[in-house]
Amino acid sequence: MSSFLAISSPAQARRLFLGRSALALSGAAVALLAGRDVLAAKSGKSTAADVRILNTALGAELEAIAAYQVGAESGLLEKPVLALAAQFQGHHKEHADVLASTIQKLGGKAVAAKSKYQFPVESLKNQADVLRFAAGLEKGAVSAYLGAVPLFANRDLSKAAASILGDEAMHWAVLRNALGENPVPSAFVA
Amino acid sequence: MLEGAVLLAALAAGDPKAGETVYSRCLACHSLAYHRTGPRHCGLFGRRAGADPGFEEYSAALKRSKLVWNEKTLDRFLANPLKAVPGTTMTYAGVPDPKERADLIAYLKQEGKCPAS
Repeated sequence: MSSFLAISSPAQARRLFLGRSALALSGAAVALLAGRDVLAAKSGKSTAADVRILNTALGAELEAIAAYQVGAESGLLEKPVLALAAQFQGHHKEHADVLASTIQKLGGKAVAAKSKYQFPVESLKNQADVLRFAAGLEKGAVSAYLGAVPLFANRDLSKAAASILGDEAMHWAVLRNALGENPVPSAFVA
Repeated sequence: MLEGAVLLAALAAGDPKAGETVYSRCLACHSLAYHRTGPRHCGLFGRRAGADPGFEEYSAALKRSKLVWNEKTLDRFLANPLKAVPGTTMTYAGVPDPKERADLIAYLKQEGKCPAS
């Protein structure tokens, strides 16, 4: 495994990551989402289609939570990476909570987590494999939210989804960096 | 007529390697080998939409669509899923670039066989 963020000391890497995570968890995004879903419920512009989009996103978030759990329990992650995985999983839990409560406020029924998820555990042999798997999921999440943002009838929901997109993109970049790859490989995401 | 010829030319030029990169956009919900938030993609070609055994979450809209997945139906669906099948739970704006769609379809075709169970 290449060194975490190309820093030789895991403690140093952990401090750096925790410092950065404070930025990511500045609270602004959470407040934005929490406020926006109330606005969405009040606006009357949301439709069944919006609820369907939110539910698809919720399903993916619930699966991401389960995926990070698999990574955390794999025994393959060094302590600072494990802490990072737990933090990212926490973000996905926050996303899922906000999506579920928004769906309910809009009169929909939030999907529940599946009783069982299937992951390619047989191909996860070391820390880099776990990081690469997580990075792939995060990149997919970025694309999924990017593909959902223009679909909402309610623009407040588009803004909230874009806020989650930004968080997923940060996850993806940090995971790529941890793998020794260019964290931001292009000027645009697709 | 010309539009059809352009489409056929684009599909013929599909590059599976480039399509793998496009497929990375699908990985929040899909995989080739197993069902996730969305259904798996192996064995896709020739299958009726909404009919892969073991996936329970298909929308009623997709099941009613009577689509059978091939290059043409995939191209139309991937361009704008919600326009092609209103009510689908694949709430994704689509892949508007015909070349990217052709690459993606070529990749799905190349990687399309399900592992032996």
